[in-house]
Amino acid sequence: MGELVQLTSFGLTEGEVLGALGRVKVRDVDYADLYFESCVSESVSMEESLVKRATKSVSQGVGVRATAGEKTGFAYSDELTKAALELAADTARYIANSPSEAGRVSVPVNQRPTRNLYPIERAQAEVATADRVSLLNAIDAEARRYDPRIKNVMASFNTEFKVVVVATSDGLLIGDRQPLSRLQVTCIAEENGQRQAGSFGGGGRVGFEFYHDGDRHLRFAREAAREAILNLSAVEAPAGVMPVVLGGGWPGILLHEAIGHGLEADFNRKKTSAFSHLLGKRVASEVCTIVDDGTLPGRRGSLNMDDEGTPTGRTVLIERGILRGYITDKLNARLMGIPVTGNGRRESYQSVVLPRMTNTFMLAGTSDPDEIIRSVDRGLYAVSFGGGQVDITNGKFVFSASEAYMIEGGKVTRPVKGATLIGSGPEILTKVSMVGHDLKLDEGIGTCGKDGQSVPVGVGLPTIRIDEITVGGTQG
Amino acid sequence: MSQQLQQRDGYSQLAMDLLAKAKRSGATEADIIIADGETFSVQVRLGAVDRLTKAREKHLGLRVFVGKRSASTSTSDFSADSLNHLVVETCNLAKAVVEDQVSGLPEENQMAGTWPDLDLYDPTKLNTEQQIELAKRVEAAAMSMDERVTNSEGADFDSSSGRVVLGNSHGFLGEYQSSSFSMSVSPVATDSQTGAMQRDSWYAIQRKFAKLDSPEAVGLEAARRTVRKLGARKIATQRVPVVFDSETAGSLMGNLCSAVSGYSLYKGASFLAGQLDKPLAPEYVTVYDDGQVVGGLGSRPLDGEGLPTRKTTVVERGILKHYLLDTYSGRKLGLASTGNASRSVGENPSVGPTNFYLVPGTKTADEIIKTVKQGLYVTDLIGFGINMVTGDYSRGAAGFWIEGGELAYPVEEITIAANLKDMFAGIEMIGSDLVFRGRIASPTVKIAEMMVAGS
Repeated sequence: MGELVQLTSFGLTEGEVLGALGRVKVRDVDYADLYFESCVSESVSMEESLVKRATKSVSQGVGVRATAGEKTGFAYSDELTKAALELAADTARYIANSPSEAGRVSVPVNQRPTRNLYPIERAQAEVATADRVSLLNAIDAEARRYDPRIKNVMASFNTEFKVVVVATSDGLLIGDRQPLSRLQVTCIAEENGQRQAGSFGGGGRVGFEFYHDGDRHLRFAREAAREAILNLSAVEAPAGVMPVVLGGGWPGILLHEAIGHGLEADFNRKKTSAFSHLLGKRVASEVCTIVDDGTLPGRRGSLNMDDEGTPTGRTVLIERGILRGYITDKLNARLMGIPVTGNGRRESYQSVVLPRMTNTFMLAGTSDPDEIIRSVDRGLYAVSFGGGQVDITNGKFVFSASEAYMIEGGKVTRPVKGATLIGSGPEILTKVSMVGHDLKLDEGIGTCGKDGQSVPVGVGLPTIRIDEITVGGTQG
Repeated sequence: MSQQLQQRDGYSQLAMDLLAKAKRSGATEADIIIADGETFSVQVRLGAVDRLTKAREKHLGLRVFVGKRSASTSTSDFSADSLNHLVVETCNLAKAVVEDQVSGLPEENQMAGTWPDLDLYDPTKLNTEQQIELAKRVEAAAMSMDERVTNSEGADFDSSSGRVVLGNSHGFLGEYQSSSFSMSVSPVATDSQTGAMQRDSWYAIQRKFAKLDSPEAVGLEAARRTVRKLGARKIATQRVPVVFDSETAGSLMGNLCSAVSGYSLYKGASFLAGQLDKPLAPEYVTVYDDGQVVGGLGSRPLDGEGLPTRKTTVVERGILKHYLLDTYSGRKLGLASTGNASRSVGENPSVGPTNFYLVPGTKTADEIIKTVKQGLYVTDLIGFGINMVTGDYSRGAAGFWIEGGELAYPVEEITIAANLKDMFAGIEMIGSDLVFRGRIASPTVKIAEMMVAGS
């Protein structure tokens, strides 16, 4: 059971909140909600073997929203007073053009999420700064021990603790406490005047102990150092169309860019997505089943409830190659007459709710990962990536490899420099011919941007073979 | 002209009080930034209001030094209890990190004494109906230009204004106001034969409402940019000259700006580390960062540490002359701050550009395209495939194939790759079409050769 979150932590009474909700939910408003949020974020960072920076930010506020038909009225305030709430309510309901008499909202039951996906032993805020400092110091030592060519280690540990309460005109008053943290390591290696970087990181909705479990923090340090050293010997990447094998885990960013954004309900309601007319149609090969699942314990993209108070769920996006569903928030589900999937998310009280992904991954197949590599005569094996981006209207997406190798004669050979891969969302998964049995979720570093809003997400992938995709190297 | 305030208002007094309190709590030095503002944003789609957003917000950021140790905090809660607690907590946080020999405020004699009025603030207040009307006009213009424009992601009209108060324990206190007005529209065009869709957008942004382009001009340009993408195809993998339009060339200036930022340089995380006074580009390439352009979108009288902003020559006739620095990164490199401290509340200062631009040449974009027998004209870039440590560059692109000096047909689903060092060295021509639509701007740029990967 999640903890019961009381409005009193925001200095407001239930009466004041219901009063404001009634003020927004005038006759022609279909739905209204108030989203209260307080967030404490902390960060310590290290470079040149010195933990020399520490920051802490505190923010709190309320977002007030009303929707009428396709219209949304939205206002937010960092003042949590009755007067500020009323002002925000008046702005939000402006879009309904209704007379200003207060509407009636049913008195909600104060509820708590029915599960707790992120029980943590020690809230991050209670972890002494000294403990965070020693975590980073250990990382510095480990990375430098890995190889003397490591010349600088930059590491940061960020935590965030959010308390939210959502009051909705459809009868919810519900809250959640949402911890989130991330450890990030970047190493700079230098040899013969040439420099290279390697990065690794991870985290989730986890407690501080997560980073010490099995010396996870030291593994992150070694992985970042390994990638930097490896890239010192990387040769120019090839250019052109070729088969590409993606390793498991973070390369799942492919699904996020190629498929995920295009299946967000807002773009499909507006018919501006390359996937708008493809429901029930084949968009991937038979071996591909892809889900979005916000219910995985401790994961970066997981939530007990979304930011409209809907419990998150597991939505099948693609089932054996056939497009099955979109991910929705309340507004788009209502307008499209499809189910609410618990994907209504917002960066903060200052932003509106949009349908967003949680953890998006492909289910395991039956192929042996080694056999997948052996099947390629000449191609690329990409195991780690930087960012990606998509144009949802024409469906073109990119994602950029940060650790990749040539496959020659069925064997992984030389490391190659990073290169961007580009493809077309509705087509690319039809070219997936083999799916490994080794599904891996990423380590917990993903942040997704949409409409200027960033939210934490997860991805996952087994080893897969894509028969052809354009690789943007420099060697023809 | 000086804007030094004779009469201190509430935020100035608050800043002074908190700085004094920090000293009492053990800080040897401290600085503070208080920012507040209001925004009003209207989005319409297909002629109807889609979203209205209205807000006022305020933030306060505090940085303290306890000897050579330092920490930063921020809050949006200005209640006395919360602020008192914040001061104590910031000092405690500073005591928990290690000493850093070069940390500290700028020297007292570096602080801005007076500063010019850069004309960054326009008191015009538009009401809800006016903004809705403007947004509708932008979209209507885009939708009416061509029957192939079939849909819209929506049009926006946003207005915002705010002020910044900066103070530090040298007794410095500064304040300035700014505003911005912007509109944009993203039309969607459909190819009637294939059903394939393309989207693009166009925008206008100014500090002064009266200086904005007309909604009709913005809408028509958005439609023109969208419709011309219809029928885009892939091209074969090959090495060709590449012309970047002014928007995408601006992103190359953005890459240069990151590479000359003091923080990446002292960490060894920039491919331009150790390149000062060495050639970067041909002698017709000059790049400035100018914080004092009157009415400029990147202008500010003071940087994030209260130093006066200035005009810095980044590249002079092809030679890399200056990095962009704040106090800390400057000290790390043994150089003076260039007044480029950028301070987002809640973060330590970092380095940011003001108005960063490539000085224009004399040729029009068409004249530059005419010089290309076979090559690529890039109008869109996507993805993040840039390694700042090595300069390796590989990004998704779209644009037009150039055949015999003419734009032949639209292309998409290709990548362009090279190393940024070679790209800057390979700048062959610079256009005359410099227009500021943000803090970083460039005219059209032609680069001798890049690898284009397609089919």
